[in-house]
Amino acid sequence: MRVNIIIFTNRSLFYMNYIASIGSYFIMIKEVFRKPTKWSIMKKLILKEIDELVFGSLGIIIFISFFIGGVVTIQTALNLTNPLIPESLIGFAARQSVILEFAPTFTSIIMAGKVGSYITSSIGTMRVTEQIDALEVMGVNSLNYLVFPKIIALMLYPFAIAIAMYVGIFGGWIAGVFGGFTTSASFIEGIQLDFIPYHVTYAFIKSIIFAFVIATIPSFHGYFMKGGALEVGKASTTAFVWTSVAIIILNYILTQLLLG
Amino acid sequence: MIEVNNLHKSFGEAHILKGVTTDFEKGKTNLIIGQSGSGKTVFLKCLLGLFTPDEGYISYNGNIYNDLSPDEKRNLRQEMGMVFQGSALFDSLTVEGNVMFPLEMFTKQSKSEMQDRVNTVLKRVNLIDAHHKYPSEISGGMQKRVAIARAIVMNPKYLFCDEPNSGLDPKTAILIDNLILEITQEYDITTIINTHDMNSVMEIGEKILFLKNGHKEWEGTNKEIFKTDNKAVTDFVYSSELFKKVRQMYIEERN
Ligand SMILES: Nc1ncnc2c1ncn2[C@@H]1O[C@H](COP(=O)(O)OP(=O)(O)OP(=O)(O)O)[C@@H](O)[C@H]1O
Ligand SMILES: [Mg+2]
Repeated sequence: MRVNIIIFTNRSLFYMNYIASIGSYFIMIKEVFRKPTKWSIMKKLILKEIDELVFGSLGIIIFISFFIGGVVTIQTALNLTNPLIPESLIGFAARQSVILEFAPTFTSIIMAGKVGSYITSSIGTMRVTEQIDALEVMGVNSLNYLVFPKIIALMLYPFAIAIAMYVGIFGGWIAGVFGGFTTSASFIEGIQLDFIPYHVTYAFIKSIIFAFVIATIPSFHGYFMKGGALEVGKASTTAFVWTSVAIIILNYILTQLLLG
Repeated sequence: MIEVNNLHKSFGEAHILKGVTTDFEKGKTNLIIGQSGSGKTVFLKCLLGLFTPDEGYISYNGNIYNDLSPDEKRNLRQEMGMVFQGSALFDSLTVEGNVMFPLEMFTKQSKSEMQDRVNTVLKRVNLIDAHHKYPSEISGGMQKRVAIARAIVMNPKYLFCDEPNSGLDPKTAILIDNLILEITQEYDITTIINTHDMNSVMEIGEKILFLKNGHKEWEGTNKEIFKTDNKAVTDFVYSSELFKKVRQMYIEERN
């Protein structure tokens, strides 16, 4: 509640004082982990969020990964005109780009839109209709109640990314083989070539951090919004922009730290 | 007993509450009246601790709210029930889920004890066949009644109602007023109600606080409000023809 008041009296958010917003964001994160909600209730909330945020996203994740994997393969194949380069490089390139970037980062940007806007609008609507005030009046730590289950649910996000990797490479194989760009044998040789397990670890570390960002930045924009239904829509858009920016920057930093 | 001392609250340039001092007694229905925009909701939210006053203080049974630790504040809040102006029901829960929410959150009761309690309070607000409906599936008046049920389910010591009977038909409005009066007396609650409704003022106004532009313009009982010569009060209370006639009759009777 204290955070709530600090930010409401503080017009920083209003004037887009970024530094102050970043400060408020971290104060919010701290508050999320204080005064936990009763476990029997929290358990139900977490399961509901897993269903909504993770299972509910699998369809789109699979769809996108499949086609992106296919496109990456076709493009690599089309650019490999030199007969001296082995054909297995197509599978190799598909595997590397899917595991390193397309599955973790590209999917996360999509999730920032899908899951993020759901989070901002659902929390924002609760703010606008005073449901958050109602929670606070009862003595519930509303940030813990609303944001914590989303963070925990999204810790399962790497499983979705693992599926995205698998489906992405599978999409590449389909496109490569059935498009007549490569043979199944050389594609499979390519995806086994110089495989470094650490790359998968790197991708999972990235996706865990992106998951945290996807859960918290949209929550922040929803929780501290002011106004009515129109502002809920605006807050969702703003949240998407900032979540994407954060993902892109963190992607750069993490790649430098983990692979550089 | 709630005491309010020199309460000020501004939002940016707008000075909404300009030094309100008053107190609200236990076991009484205290009404706050005033025109739309006069600061009633802001006042109530200051009492609840949802807004921090810029100046002045509020004390609950002698404990000054702002001096309490965060945990003490939360404990105090568990003794409060609030009916928001827009009901503020949780969209994701059914009627029953909404009313059960505080019980699940803060008590160790068994499922069947909670169920009994929920049935009792829902019956008290005259809602018997909407247990499994969602807030979006019931009417505004029904939402209000669910909100009242949720506010009283924990037997609060302090009950705050922001226009509990706006949007209700006159019959249900009176029913709600009487219900609030009954539970206030039965459980010796300190009840504070924001209202526009002159019926409520006449029926349950054991204490009335009239706010005008963020000032305390007048306070007294529903007996006194008939007699007052304060122009702002009479203009507000007797703005309808019906009440003008009532007042006229009252004055004639008195002479
Ligand atoms: N969170 C807020 N930020 C800025 N201004 C606010 C806020 N809440 C209320 N106000 C302003 O305070 C004034 C009083 O509002 P309030 O909601 O207390 O009126 P009210 O007496 O409850 O009116 P009504 O009877 O229509 O509910 C209004 O001018 C409103 O614009
Ligand atoms: Mg109001």
